[in-house]
Amino acid sequence: METTPNKYAHIIGWGIDADPKNDPTYPMRNRAGEEEKGYTWTRPTQQPVNIEVHHSIERPNVTAVFGTAVPPSGLSGMIRRLAFKKSENDYGHWLPLILADRVNVVEGIIEDIKNGKFPNIPAEKGMKAEWQHNRGGLLRQLAVTAIIGYGIVAYFRAKKRREQEDYDY
Amino acid sequence: MLAMNYRGPLRVRIDQKPMPEILHPQDAIVRVTRSCICGSDLHLYNGSVPDTRVGMTFGHEFTGIVEEVGSEVTKVKVGDHVLVPFNIACGQCVFCKQELYGNCHESNPQATAVGGIFGYSHTAGGYNGGQAEYVRVPYANVGPTVIPEGMDPDDAVLLTDVVPTGYQAAEMGGIQPGDTVVVFGAGPVGIMAAKCSWLFGAGRVIIIDEVEYRLEFAKNYAQCEAYNFREFGDPAVFIKKQTDWLGADVCIDAVGAEATGNALQTITGRKLLIQAGSATALHWAINCVKKGGIVSIVGVYGPTDNLVPIGNVLNKGITIRANQASVKRLLPRLIEHVQNGILNPKGLITHRIPLEEVSDAYRMFSEKLDNCIKPVLIPPSARI
Repeated sequence: METTPNKYAHIIGWGIDADPKNDPTYPMRNRAGEEEKGYTWTRPTQQPVNIEVHHSIERPNVTAVFGTAVPPSGLSGMIRRLAFKKSENDYGHWLPLILADRVNVVEGIIEDIKNGKFPNIPAEKGMKAEWQHNRGGLLRQLAVTAIIGYGIVAYFRAKKRREQEDYDY
Repeated sequence: MLAMNYRGPLRVRIDQKPMPEILHPQDAIVRVTRSCICGSDLHLYNGSVPDTRVGMTFGHEFTGIVEEVGSEVTKVKVGDHVLVPFNIACGQCVFCKQELYGNCHESNPQATAVGGIFGYSHTAGGYNGGQAEYVRVPYANVGPTVIPEGMDPDDAVLLTDVVPTGYQAAEMGGIQPGDTVVVFGAGPVGIMAAKCSWLFGAGRVIIIDEVEYRLEFAKNYAQCEAYNFREFGDPAVFIKKQTDWLGADVCIDAVGAEATGNALQTITGRKLLIQAGSATALHWAINCVKKGGIVSIVGVYGPTDNLVPIGNVLNKGITIRANQASVKRLLPRLIEHVQNGILNPKGLITHRIPLEEVSDAYRMFSEKLDNCIKPVLIPPSARI
């Protein structure tokens, strides 16, 4: 393939960062010469650990800094504590965390209601944007949901009626 | 302060939350001026990243004004307008010393596989993110970079993730002059990867997606060829035909867990969550690349397992390179490219949305409504 800059003159910056000698490239480079020293670097000041922080059992400690967004709590917190008894190498770590996330959603709704705030789920799902930019699609989706819902209700009603008639006979 | 609040899969809202505090001597508190929604935020939004807790604030692409600093902070001062790389990195561990800033060992207690990332679940350290009026920024001597005078904040905010990730995708491809590069995914990162492939001397750049408006945008923005995989059937056969039956020199996966195009992958990876996302793009990348070629991965997957044709990696002698972008490492060069007009990040932004409308912004980006490529949230206190 022709690779003269003229051929690519219409592309600003073509070849500006080409460096055929840089191979293998990132991330296999910039060795610091300290790799063999292991976990011996001067650690940054430790952030005070005054909330519950999980740490992977594949490391010996809590990192020097950590996030405090949502400390574990409730049933989901109990599940997360169990998850962190297993390593990142183990499904027993990740699958309970996914379960805990789902439990946490229910806890979130309960918490909202306890705080006197009934979650406006359509608004949280951005239905206004859907209504503005995909009204036809949204209406179709609602219609399909309504038809399926009606079908299910009708089926069970008919089934119940049949059972009642059988019973009457 | 106002902050985005995650309530469960596909549910986010704006809420009042407590102001962040200095918790470590190297912390800074930053008043957010711009905050993007990233394609990888959608993995959280869809509930596919384990340990994403209700009540968390997302957002790892943001700029802001430094409002307060801890006692050990010397590199930035109150009043500086900074762009904040999405990686939280200490600068002292053996990985940071190798400029692997996305792999810092002192910022994420919950997982050893990845360093801390703002607003990216407790699997990435449990930090609240920048889709808020204020945010705590740890290791303020390392990450935050003062925005050069005259730089548009809309350019600056895309230097926190999209531009470095796209650039590093091309860099990791080890592109040699004249190489054919195939990018899977015409989202902001894929488009930027296509654009940056030229900077490394690519001879031909092809982008593959299924969303027509994005392909059209990519074709114009990145001056590359753009194809809809729904129109040509099997991508591997298509790319072989396009490359004299040999395959591309470099394939880039810029999609990650939300890929479509293969029913088995979609069902197991996105619906049932029995693999860590749908690995369709990676599967295609492996099968479309030339023998001895390079697959570069910047698409994000969850931490468990994925169905990929690893046997073909062996049989074809493929090199796989992958990492979270090392933003700090790349910033000096990328700032230069923006200042010299080589790259035009803000050209990717299609929607500027008030932070208060975060629920609609997520929906719009997730469902690709209104030809959305890149939405930026602007908090009411941004004042810029």
